[in-house]
Amino acid sequence: MGKVVIKVDRLGVRFLMSSEKVDNLKEFVIKKIKHQMNYKQFWALRDVSFSVEQGDRVGILGLNGAGKSTLLKVIAGVMKATEGNASTKGRIAPLLELGAGFDLQYTGAENIYLYGAVLGYSKDFIKEKFNEIVEFSELGDFINVPVKNYSSGMKSRLGFSIATIVEPDILILDEVFAVGDAKFRKKSEKKIKSMFKTGVTVLFVSHNIEQVKTICNKAILLEKGTLIAQGEVNDVCDIYEMKIK
Amino acid sequence: MKQIIKNFNKYKFLLSELVVKEIKLKYRRSYLGILWTLLEPLLTMLVLTMVFENFYGRKDNAFPIYVLTGRLLYAYFSNATKSAMKSIRTNGQMIKKVYVPKYIYPLSSILSQFVTFLISLIVLVGVAIVLKIRPTIYLLEAIVPLLILFVMVLGIGLILATLAVFFRDMEYLWGVILMLIMYCSAIFYDPTRVIKTGYGWILTCNPLYSVIVNFRNTVIYGIPLDRGALVYSSLFSVIALIIGIWMFYKKQDEFILNI
Repeated sequence: MGKVVIKVDRLGVRFLMSSEKVDNLKEFVIKKIKHQMNYKQFWALRDVSFSVEQGDRVGILGLNGAGKSTLLKVIAGVMKATEGNASTKGRIAPLLELGAGFDLQYTGAENIYLYGAVLGYSKDFIKEKFNEIVEFSELGDFINVPVKNYSSGMKSRLGFSIATIVEPDILILDEVFAVGDAKFRKKSEKKIKSMFKTGVTVLFVSHNIEQVKTICNKAILLEKGTLIAQGEVNDVCDIYEMKIK
Repeated sequence: MKQIIKNFNKYKFLLSELVVKEIKLKYRRSYLGILWTLLEPLLTMLVLTMVFENFYGRKDNAFPIYVLTGRLLYAYFSNATKSAMKSIRTNGQMIKKVYVPKYIYPLSSILSQFVTFLISLIVLVGVAIVLKIRPTIYLLEAIVPLLILFVMVLGIGLILATLAVFFRDMEYLWGVILMLIMYCSAIFYDPTRVIKTGYGWILTCNPLYSVIVNFRNTVIYGIPLDRGALVYSSLFSVIALIIGIWMFYKKQDEFILNI
């Protein structure tokens, strides 16, 4: 069996929602004094446990509000768990959808360095991979144009190229990875499949069951914050399809 | 502790990238570009000199550089604390997606403002030469108030950055406080008049004033640092830094829930 790279152990994430949003000092002080700060508890995830081995491509399925994004955020280290924990081994590269992390005033080339730096890579490493990234994105001369002038497809292609070519250990693909024309989509699916051989682990959140079945070998199904199915991708997808009927 | 240093090393490149980016983009679309970093303090100095020289009827040869030093230090204090305060909100999208040690954001904005400040010191050198200010050995001590100022801004910046995430009106409040600090720092007036009217304690309480006094001592007047001002401003800065780090560290996990 392969080495475990992601281990989620009885993970719970609770949000406190106040009935009214208090975001300025005056209201905060007044409400605190009048003891009017009421919070409702909302468990986005409760008692979720599963593990992922190196080289697995795991699809994460569930309806909206099931807790998929929250789960990814905890795995990526962006959010803290309320109970339990999620541990990972190696470098994590989340795909920034539509380049949400890009600086729009910066050119594509400058953003390659910025995004690479955000993922924790060194300047030399990014320099080495620079040409490969530009080639894969098929942006050509547009690489020197400010990203604010890019179409959404171009931004996506750039984001995907950077996230995959820097050879992360764990790649997190969000639903929007599907943006891009059919040609690029085929190319990216091919790229992901080739990454298995180098032992890259992939987490793929999607509503597109076809794509999940193509790319993934395993899957988990979330419903209202709990894990209701995990295992081989086809089995879990069948359960999911039954649920949405 | 070792973990924090290891983590910092991993993101060293990101820190430099963010600092460079802020400086690059600051002037990318403007016509004169980086020249504004030099022109702006020069023009402000000229205006303030014209206004206050005639107002007070003083004919002090060193007045322009007196005003300039105060103005440069205050401008750094004001700009750096403001940009540190906004840094978490500005980078909200990134924070929600990728893990990056969050203190990198306020730290990078303060560093980039510091670099801009250092560039603007060129104007100071130019004016000093024109006014025939002679440098003495104490000029080397000018580094000390600058370092103290950097630590002070970092501490206050971290406190503001944390507060601004939870309280949106912090930005307006700080704007008013900055204005108050500006009038209480003896930038464009002589402190002796204020001290005579018995309100001198306001100046001594203002740590920025202590920094300005020490900077002026070493740069313009060529005398050693004022002990009292030195101790007060360093103490204030270190305490501000400790409070800032503590607040930031305690609340940083909640940032993502509020941006």
